[in-house]
Amino acid sequence: MNDGQTIQYTGWDDDTRAVGHMRTPGLDISHKVILYLEDISVSFDGFKALNNLNLTIDAGELRCIIGPNGAGKTTMMDVITGKTRPDTGTCYFGQTIDLTGMTEPEIAHAGIGRKFQKPTVFENHTVFENLELAMKTDKRALSSLFARLDDVGRDKIADTLRLIRLDKEAQRQAGLLSHGQKQWLEIGMLLMQEPQLLLLDEPVAGMTDDETERTGELFKSLAGKHSLVVVEHDMAFIEQLGGKVTVLHEGSVLAEGDLATVQADPRVVEVYLGR
Amino acid sequence: MHPHPQPFSRLREKGAEPIRVIADMRTPFLIRFLNSLPRSGWIALALFAAVTLVLLPVLHVYVPHEHPLHVSNYVITLGGKVMCYAIVAVAMDLIWGYAGILSLGHGVFFALGGYAFGMYLMRQIGTDGSYHSHLPDFMVFLDWKELPWYWAGSDSFLWALVLVLVAPALLAYTFGYFAFRSRIKGVYFSIITQALTYAAMLFFFRNETGFGGNNGFTDFKRILGYDITSPEMRSILFALSALMLMATLLLGRWLMTSKFGRVLTAIRDAESRVMFMGYNPLHYKLFIWTLSAVLCSIAGALYVPQVGIINPSEMSPANSIEIAIWTAVGGRATLIGPVIGAALVNLSKSYFTVAFPEYWLFFLGALFVGVTLWLPEGVVGLWKRMKQKATA
Repeated sequence: MNDGQTIQYTGWDDDTRAVGHMRTPGLDISHKVILYLEDISVSFDGFKALNNLNLTIDAGELRCIIGPNGAGKTTMMDVITGKTRPDTGTCYFGQTIDLTGMTEPEIAHAGIGRKFQKPTVFENHTVFENLELAMKTDKRALSSLFARLDDVGRDKIADTLRLIRLDKEAQRQAGLLSHGQKQWLEIGMLLMQEPQLLLLDEPVAGMTDDETERTGELFKSLAGKHSLVVVEHDMAFIEQLGGKVTVLHEGSVLAEGDLATVQADPRVVEVYLGR
Repeated sequence: MHPHPQPFSRLREKGAEPIRVIADMRTPFLIRFLNSLPRSGWIALALFAAVTLVLLPVLHVYVPHEHPLHVSNYVITLGGKVMCYAIVAVAMDLIWGYAGILSLGHGVFFALGGYAFGMYLMRQIGTDGSYHSHLPDFMVFLDWKELPWYWAGSDSFLWALVLVLVAPALLAYTFGYFAFRSRIKGVYFSIITQALTYAAMLFFFRNETGFGGNNGFTDFKRILGYDITSPEMRSILFALSALMLMATLLLGRWLMTSKFGRVLTAIRDAESRVMFMGYNPLHYKLFIWTLSAVLCSIAGALYVPQVGIINPSEMSPANSIEIAIWTAVGGRATLIGPVIGAALVNLSKSYFTVAFPEYWLFFLGALFVGVTLWLPEGVVGLWKRMKQKATA
């Protein structure tokens, strides 16, 4: 359904519709850096999943992370989102928010959204409800008891439905969607959270070429206002995104730079092809 | 583009589940409440109310015994009992069917409510007991001279009601807080709840605990001074059980059509996704867990005056497992299913235990295996499948 129209993220971040909009409180990106990982190490039963990992992500950046299986890409996301506590090292969101002592919901509230490798949507809920649950709002139990969807929220959901091209499927059960549609729905859920930093684990796995290209354009339109970290294996997709590339290997950074430089690096070639 | 896009609820296909309706913010509360059930649901509820609140009590109290339309003591007591069980089954469904947490210790909350109200009933006996003492008989038997401190206020009806609500809530909240905070899930949680009810049973078995040991409480005489065995009192208790059952169903419906309910089922289906979206499952689980315990307790308090006895066997692990069976037989994650399940299993129980007493447990076991194998969605699931086939 690529009708050639430009894909632009026409969300609710514009000032014309500021009602109900919430900026992440306390996020300080005065040094133009949104995420600092310093000397992070994680080991599972003696296996070093992350080994003195150092990584910084600039505010508004679109960063791609590549690396062979077991390089620590998913563990890195687990550390950032609070699922795994690092053995050593610090992890800062902006200048002030220390992520290592926070729980998963707290980190989500601070403004970090995550898309899982395997698309995880709520299969028994409708597409509409999936987006409704993800929407940035008061997420405490008592508030949910009396929560009502207002027009602003309804508009946001309608916008997102159009953006992820699921407006015809709004009342369908999410479990009945195709694999690619589920990927899109999860991306939509991430956008509903209005995060400052998006972590995307293999977002285009299982998508058609057409869907992949559209996803790439969407991510490019998100960059600037949001910061994105994309873990991918699809080199064509990474080339399309065109951002800085970081290569992970055995739990630490092996190389960093634009895709061409990284691909020419003999150490990277060795890691990918073997001796 | 329209400034106000059409509400999605209006785009629903015909015949879609009404639970998906997202009511408009401007809709008045009463309309929203009425919309929470389809028309057929309200009609069924009204019929149920007419039968249980008017028809059966009138036939019991005002129609003479010899008349063929007279409703006997047996029917009223059995009906009241089954409705109490149905409340428990719905409470179980809230936590198991909707939140995915299987408790195999719900009997403890049911029994706690029974004991809390039973204390009041024991005090209402006054000096009419076998020993004509102002103390309950079992205390005289133990040669106790005065009431233990925790029996203070037990002669007050209001205090009994407070105890029925607060005691199980405290236990459930404390237990749930530590279990859910430690992220204990699945079969581990079920085993711990079995241990909880077993420990409570052993505790109540002790004579020194002060709740009548293995005999528990019995020989009740009065509630608020009125004879507990009179047809009027039986009818009132029967009607109260029916009212409570209807209230529980409506509360469950309201909860599960709210955003709270949608988050709860989301936690059941993909808990980590919910956490990464910024919800803390702890509070959601704690709320529904504590509410479920309190509902069980209220059912227990209504049950004890109708059957006339409460003893620690209500806390036996097997009883709690039976509660799960009622819910599974009826159909999890449907509100009407557990009611049907509780009625079906208990009515066949009262038939079997008279006709073939030694085979009841075999039948119960076979029922559970059969439902698990062939009816994973219970009786309601079967009904839905048959309806689909008929329309297809």
